Amino acid sequence: MSTQIRAQAEAQALRVRSGDVELAVKVYGDVKRPVVVLVHGYPDSSHVWNKVVGPLSARYRVAAYDVRGAGESTVPTHTAAYELEHLVADLAAVVDTVSPEQPIHLVAHDWGSIQSWEAVSTERLKGRIASYTSISGPSLDHAGYWVMQRLRSAAPGEIAKVATQLMHSWYIGAFHLPLAAPLAWKLGLDQLWPKLLERFEGIRGESAPTQSSDGQHGVNLYRANVAKRLLAPRERRTSVPVQLVVPTRDRFVSLELLDGIGQWVDQLWRRDVSAGHWLQLSHPELVVRYVSEFVGFIEGAEESAGLHRARVREGVKPGKNNKYAGKLAIVTGGGSGIGRETLLSLAEQGAEVVAADIDLAAAQRSAELAELLGATAHARKVDVGDAKAMEALAAWVGNELGAPDIVINNAGIGMAGNFLDTSTADWEKILHVNLWGVIHGSRLFGKQMVAAGKSGHIVNVASALAFAPSRMMSAYATSKAAVAMLNDCLRAELADQGIQVISVCPGVIDTPITGSTRFVGVSEEEQGRRREGAKKLYQRRNLKPQAVSAAILKAIDNNRQEVLVGSEAHGARLLSRLSPALSRRLARMELSL
Amino acid sequence: MNEASSKIAGKAAHKADSNGWDPAIADLDGFRQAQQLAYRCAEAIADELIPGMTEREAAALMQRWLAANGANDCFHRPFAWFGDRTAFRGFIGFRHFGGFNPAFYPGNRKLEENMPYILDCAPTLNGYTADIGYSGCIGENRMLDKLMDDLLEYRVLILELVRQRKQLSEISQAVDRLCARHGYEPRHKAYPFQVLAHRVEKLDADEKKHRSVLNFGVRNIARLVGDVAKGRREGWSPLWSSGHASDHAPTPGLWAVEPHLGFRGVGAKWEELLVVTEEDAFWLDDDVPQVRRWLSRGLEPLAKAA
Repeated sequence: MSTQIRAQAEAQALRVRSGDVELAVKVYGDVKRPVVVLVHGYPDSSHVWNKVVGPLSARYRVAAYDVRGAGESTVPTHTAAYELEHLVADLAAVVDTVSPEQPIHLVAHDWGSIQSWEAVSTERLKGRIASYTSISGPSLDHAGYWVMQRLRSAAPGEIAKVATQLMHSWYIGAFHLPLAAPLAWKLGLDQLWPKLLERFEGIRGESAPTQSSDGQHGVNLYRANVAKRLLAPRERRTSVPVQLVVPTRDRFVSLELLDGIGQWVDQLWRRDVSAGHWLQLSHPELVVRYVSEFVGFIEGAEESAGLHRARVREGVKPGKNNKYAGKLAIVTGGGSGIGRETLLSLAEQGAEVVAADIDLAAAQRSAELAELLGATAHARKVDVGDAKAMEALAAWVGNELGAPDIVINNAGIGMAGNFLDTSTADWEKILHVNLWGVIHGSRLFGKQMVAAGKSGHIVNVASALAFAPSRMMSAYATSKAAVAMLNDCLRAELADQGIQVISVCPGVIDTPITGSTRFVGVSEEEQGRRREGAKKLYQRRNLKPQAVSAAILKAIDNNRQEVLVGSEAHGARLLSRLSPALSRRLARMELSL
Repeated sequence: MNEASSKIAGKAAHKADSNGWDPAIADLDGFRQAQQLAYRCAEAIADELIPGMTEREAAALMQRWLAANGANDCFHRPFAWFGDRTAFRGFIGFRHFGGFNPAFYPGNRKLEENMPYILDCAPTLNGYTADIGYSGCIGENRMLDKLMDDLLEYRVLILELVRQRKQLSEISQAVDRLCARHGYEPRHKAYPFQVLAHRVEKLDADEKKHRSVLNFGVRNIARLVGDVAKGRREGWSPLWSSGHASDHAPTPGLWAVEPHLGFRGVGAKWEELLVVTEEDAFWLDDDVPQVRRWLSRGLEPLAKAA
């Protein structure tokens, strides 16, 4: 906050002349730093960037200006004065003033983004723009091509996409009605606006002082440009590096409009954020981070891991081998069994992966195998039940790699034997890993995912024993039942954020866990014998970790809430529902291993 | 067949008593020559492999080469596997027909650039039988390189544990554990009886061509069956696996050891003769392609240990 106040205090107000109009420009930050120019959309003014200019100006020289017709800039009265070429000329005038020599980094939202596409793909500002971060505003020409290509394909699915986009754009039609929109703003929509934003977009904030005027006059942007460009689009290509920041829950721009954008842009990055249209208001830190990483990279710093994942590779079509391209997955217990197998399956299909395991060598081995499959992979040592260790892991992930898209809390230990023989230490040990590990992983990474607007997946591995009681497995089954309940509660909580929580309940899976399961209340020798017995049983069942990893990936792809693996898991589930009494009766059976 | 095999088993007992086996230098030389012949064959045919060639064609080339170079019998006729068939993907899941999995018969899979392949042949030369496995690819395959590098550890581990006179089942289980640690599937479990290794015995030297049935050499298999019968009486098995039948100390004699690793769709193996004596054990020959490869890749310290 203090940087924000300081930066605001240092803001320098300029008036820049562009033809007949005068533009209000505010400039922040150190004169010697690279220059970032912010362009707002409709019905906003430069006010809309208030939450990002502070932190951004701590790193860069930042200029935010009111587009013609908005804020404190001149308001031309003729619709024709709002045509894109004038808007580009305005931007050029601002750029020439705030950075006469060095090319600037453009960051634009909504209509600002629409006009900036024009700026990066036409001659006027050639060589003057070093990078472009576009938030929620496509090029009208690209959109025109998008519509044409789909209509020409005559494929019902493609035409339906056009229809969907038209529905998203109802307001554009409304804006073309004489009087209607300006009248609404005059009659007090400006007063209502903050409430509408809060109600529909979940954004709290005060109204800009010029909101009513911004709303009335900005309508001309649509009237002057939309029909003209959509009906007769021109090819708009750019060699300026472009970072798309895409709010996936945008009510005003549909995601499909961005399909095929790679054909127009040489170097493209894309970051999806599960958020609404006004990202700079709902996720200011994220916007600052994304802009900083991108500008930093273009200015010569190393490409951050997150940016690297976001790179859209030309000619790489989404398919079986890169389904998870651009995604980051963390797998606890990733050094063996189900964890390793799931990690490798994700890596095989393009994900960047982090193998976290208490056995560092095992985690490193998993990472090495993931790299052989072509993935970027990391290995970290962690005791999942140790809050500090997990916080350190999460901090490392957050700083170095960015928020994960997929978190698999898989680390677990086995325990068997009578409840009365299970000591406090035994209980603490199993809950430490099986429950606390899941709690820490879900909490720490869940927070990161929410903050970064990741509509990802948290996969918590429970067990069929979560709903199949057994006198032999009270500690283990209890720990897993707790995980299953945590999953159900967490799923409800994170649904609003678009984060899926998946409960995995494997049956009898042949993994190394059998070799380390603790058998309470028996001698070392007897424990060894029972481990052997358990191992044999599990081997005879011959259900491999691959079966679980395949089920997990399928659940991720299909947004399933719960996956059962193995007929015994399905049977136990059915029994617990159809005849809980029988299920409890069976719990009394003593299986001799 | 039974009668014949027990007769042969009787002869074997007379010649090479498992309780007092002391290999004659001449015999070891014979086996070494057979193994060198087998590896020369694999290397020669590996040089001739070109994209588009089928497994059957490669196997036939090996068979012709061996016949032309003095082999008159075999443990099995040459096998060749290409692509994901090197990893026996999928086949490990079901029980083989009484321990007999037809998946390893050469098929019509065509070789492609960068595809892994395995050549496996087991010629008999002057009554001495070798059984070898040779992995490679035309072009580059990082995964295969990794598997082949890691196979070195298995050569070290197996010899070390045999020298410690660990039970063969224990050694095989240690191999399984090393596979688990490495993240590989022990694909030798797809072989008949899930063997990590099997015995080979000395046959009578002669000049005539001997028959094979279903690609397996009748004389060698008869000897193996004889060993099974004999082992049953004496409490050991010529089929070395992780199962109870191998719950015994290393039996003196010659063992064709064949760890076969699989990772996703890529498999690799080597197969060599291990000489087990009353007191000690050693690889019959260190001058084999996989050891030369490890040396050339700078994996020397471990290779020296091998």
